[in-house]
Amino acid sequence: MSKVDLPVAPFIRADHPVQAIMTQVILALVPATGFGLFLFGWPAFYLFSITVLSAVLFEAVCLKLAGKSASLFLWDGSALLTGWLLALSLPPWAPWWIGVTGAGLAIVVGKQVYGGIGQNLFNPAMLARVALLVSFPLEMTAWIKPAPLFSEHAPGLLEAWRITFGGSGAIDGLASATVIGHVKTELSQGRPLGDALASGQFGLAGAWLGWSPGSLGETPALLVAGGGVWLLRKRIITWHIPVSLLATVAVLASVFHLVDSARYLGPLWHLGSGGVMLAAFFIATDYVTSPGSPKGQLIFGTGCGLLIFVIRTFGGFPEGVGFAVLLMNALTPVIDYYVRPRIYGRDHKGRPLKLPESRE
Amino acid sequence: MVVLDIDTLWRRRSKIRGGVHPEPRKEATADKPIVTAFPLPERLYLPLQQHLGQPAEPVVRVGEKVLKGQVLAESRGAVSASVHASTSGTVAGIAEYPAPHPSGLPTPTIVLEPDGEDRWIEGEGEVDPFGLSPEEICARVDRAGIVGMGGAAFPSAMKLNLGWKTRINTLIINGGECEPYLTCDDRLMRERAAEIVEGVRIMLHGLQCPTALIAIEDNKPEACAAMLDAAKRHGRIEVVPVPSLYPMGWEKNLVTHLTGKEVPAGGRPTDVGVLLHNVATAYAVQQAIRYGRPLIGRVVTVSGEAVESPRNVEAPLGTLLSELLAFCGHRPERTARYVMGGPMMGDHLPHVQVPLVKRTSGILALTPEEIQAADARPCIRCGRCVSACPVGLLPLEMMSRIRAGQLDAAVNFGLRDCIGCSSCSYVCPSRIPLVHYFKYASGELMARQQAQQKTEWTNRLAEEKRRRLEKAKQAAAQRKAQASVKEDAS
Repeated sequence: MSKVDLPVAPFIRADHPVQAIMTQVILALVPATGFGLFLFGWPAFYLFSITVLSAVLFEAVCLKLAGKSASLFLWDGSALLTGWLLALSLPPWAPWWIGVTGAGLAIVVGKQVYGGIGQNLFNPAMLARVALLVSFPLEMTAWIKPAPLFSEHAPGLLEAWRITFGGSGAIDGLASATVIGHVKTELSQGRPLGDALASGQFGLAGAWLGWSPGSLGETPALLVAGGGVWLLRKRIITWHIPVSLLATVAVLASVFHLVDSARYLGPLWHLGSGGVMLAAFFIATDYVTSPGSPKGQLIFGTGCGLLIFVIRTFGGFPEGVGFAVLLMNALTPVIDYYVRPRIYGRDHKGRPLKLPESRE
Repeated sequence: MVVLDIDTLWRRRSKIRGGVHPEPRKEATADKPIVTAFPLPERLYLPLQQHLGQPAEPVVRVGEKVLKGQVLAESRGAVSASVHASTSGTVAGIAEYPAPHPSGLPTPTIVLEPDGEDRWIEGEGEVDPFGLSPEEICARVDRAGIVGMGGAAFPSAMKLNLGWKTRINTLIINGGECEPYLTCDDRLMRERAAEIVEGVRIMLHGLQCPTALIAIEDNKPEACAAMLDAAKRHGRIEVVPVPSLYPMGWEKNLVTHLTGKEVPAGGRPTDVGVLLHNVATAYAVQQAIRYGRPLIGRVVTVSGEAVESPRNVEAPLGTLLSELLAFCGHRPERTARYVMGGPMMGDHLPHVQVPLVKRTSGILALTPEEIQAADARPCIRCGRCVSACPVGLLPLEMMSRIRAGQLDAAVNFGLRDCIGCSSCSYVCPSRIPLVHYFKYASGELMARQQAQQKTEWTNRLAEEKRRRLEKAKQAAAQRKAQASVKEDAS
């Protein structure tokens, strides 16, 4: 393709192409990803690789079918990022076909059938995650205890190969549940919150640092948040969605926890576990599927936070991040239509401002 | 300097929305003095229309000898401006010549052949501007053919006239110069501060306006200092540094930032008692009123990486831009794009065999590395355009509507409020020419409106004709009936 050289202003451009943005988002994910791969060992590594690889392959095939330039679109890094985010949200020892199916759902159904980058209504990674959870609930909730690389319980390369590609499943004794899932089960059996947390041997520090069962890259809340703050500083994302999302979850959790601390997890548990941090900084902030105006983004973030808390606390699923984000994605066009910035010289309804009555 | 009152301090807090920080790229020319020794060209090309409104009417004949400053074409109609001889010489022709416009289409132009004597027309000598009445100042500014020199080219006398008719509380002098590359106003303020300040005082007198604020972006400390020094003895004039942010020089941004007032949509700054003029215009007014010199030359920034020694040049109007470029060491083989004005809002020129006109603040020869041409990609809805828009629009939403052909929906999203500042296109990581879409849509809407009016007009004519014919038919039938009655009777 030739360089488009429209002779129209502006004749200079900010040097910040799409690829640079995607690269920076991926860089921000590296610490949490590295930690997750270390914590869950070789099976996580296999699953991560196959998910990311198949996302890029699906993208390439779709581009080819659509007759679009691979050089222009494949290297924008968006498929890589989608695969990456999806992999981070999967149970680390899930079989390979979960990753491949998920990548296919994300790229083909979640993105390319809409017309490719920028056209999709739903966040592709979350669409795939939710579709997988609904279709394969067993595989998608098979959590394991941390088994860091080279530790006593960690599977070797071959054993890991059997876990990911051979369908041998998790090693006995490592199977576990996430904090939120465990608490939900225990509460449903009538045990109070304190006992539930104690019986699961969960600690708040473990939740924030990531030393706990959970998705491949979601557990180290601090590392995820660190990457998010770096993105904020780099001005890749703005504060509106992360802050409103986290604040909503925190406020709701605090209120409920204060009212009945034997039933409701506190805000630190909510923020430190599951996919909240990843959603706040990396998923809900997805440009394509979130509102364009700052005010719209505040509404969007608040809605996500509200739904996450409601689904986690009262819903049938232990984790609500995927559903919450998808539901708010569906509202984005409506938000964008009705919530607009005030235009200079006009009031909030778009009418021209009135002239001051008495001018000297 | 005037003492700040609480009210003004409070208003100063008003916040400017959006904006971008393009690389200034002003260092190439900012520290070099204005070159005044530009050799007289062989021929000067003076378009009859160098301003908004109607073209001027030639008052000289081909072959006529003219003196420097003599009127060549007179303003005609309500909005227009006269054109004067930039030097003494002979009128070599009045013909169509390419205009400095993206289309490169020819426009009626007076061609002047200098005689090299550069002899001024007889005038009344130096005049005390403050002994003149406001009306007389307006009339003289009109006769001097002065237009807004920041780029808009609106006849200045019109604005001054508007001023004392609608009561102006504040005159803002725009020394923002927020466009990258351009330093002509910066240099003018550094070198001719006293003249500019006198020009401002003349404008205040002409407007019968109490105060003037001279707004200068804070990336021009030298210009600021020079202007402060020149203005310190005049209590009614205050020099105000404003943040360096593009488009700080958008007139409504300055109004809001400096006075806290917001100009209603569809209105003008005069609606809130504010009038704006450019610093170069103030200088031109001073020259015209005190010395009787009409607008026949200007300072222009010649810059860009394809220019070996970029600088500001004071050149006679009508000089070919190619000669200005050659004077500064132009390298055509390195040039990817010629731009008249600044790179954010300027016009692309297909070639530079076009004259310097009143509104030309800069001529840039940009290299491929500077313009970084690249393919446009799909919008990823990153929202950078939304944060950059100084008006508060959603450029991405407008663009998607226009692409789908829904122009009315784009209007609903504020298309008509777009000021075309290019901030959105500048920040777009997908390199989408957003402003181009908006200009296209506005043009299309205008064309539709005209077509609609034409249809209505044609329909009305057809209807009138039908009625007329019917009437004639009825009349004929009546006559016939009467005739037959007569016949019967006879």
